[in-house]
Amino acid sequence: MQIVTAFVTGLLFGLGLILSGMTDPTKVTGFLDIAGAWNPSLIFVMGGAILVAMVAFRIAGTRTRALLGGAMHLPTARQIDKRLILGGVIFGIGWGLAGYCPGPALASLATGGIKPLIFVLAMLAGMAIYEILSRFPDTKRH
Amino acid sequence: MGIDWTNFTPWSSLAGGLLIGLATAAFVLLNGRIAGISGILGGLLRPVRGDAGWRVAFITGLIFSPFAYSLVAPLPAIHTDTGTAILILAGLLVGLGTRYGSGCTSGHGVCGISRLSPRSMVATASFMLAGFATVYVVRHLFH
Repeated sequence: MQIVTAFVTGLLFGLGLILSGMTDPTKVTGFLDIAGAWNPSLIFVMGGAILVAMVAFRIAGTRTRALLGGAMHLPTARQIDKRLILGGVIFGIGWGLAGYCPGPALASLATGGIKPLIFVLAMLAGMAIYEILSRFPDTKRH
Repeated sequence: MGIDWTNFTPWSSLAGGLLIGLATAAFVLLNGRIAGISGILGGLLRPVRGDAGWRVAFITGLIFSPFAYSLVAPLPAIHTDTGTAILILAGLLVGLGTRYGSGCTSGHGVCGISRLSPRSMVATASFMLAGFATVYVVRHLFH
């Protein structure tokens, strides 16, 4: 059952991304271009998503188990450290360069032609590089 | 400086955002999971027994979403003039950065802010500011 709900949720998430316009990289870079012709659409996407999700997380926070019976896997990390900020900055540079973040890139993979495919392959390579680097003690999760 | 009114889509963006919120809500309440795309995908590169199925199912749903969308309405056009080399560089940075910083626009930006997590607010500010700076450098300093 959890597999089915995961599939349907992923589908719904993707439909939201497409409807919101976030699968179009120029809409994303348009938001990031505050000094040019600024496109505030992304604020409405995040605002709408947060509005609904906030209620759900309120409820989730009071529960020890999910409705389908599994454990509630809420993040426990609280530390604000170098890797959080540096990771965010590295991601932000890549996001600004191409206008793709992971969700919209995956939601464009099947129908968006060669560009999202190149991006997703490179993104997987970047994630694999992280896995290799994190085997060294100095970059290990603390 | 000014608003790009021709490409500004407040209503469809808000509606899409509400759908994303609904998916995020369903995922945490039903499955007890955070709908953070980079974490769900990246977790597949560090396989743990019994932990891959839901990840593959979610990602498959996400990848199939344009087919479901096109049953109801034509897919919105995609405009991008990013060349291959920049796409590869961007993908590498997004993959590495999201894993190193433990999240992306969905995990930190939507889920984290909804949970009022200071950690996710700092992460979101980091990637947004870096995104603003990058587009500024690319569009206004090098052109």
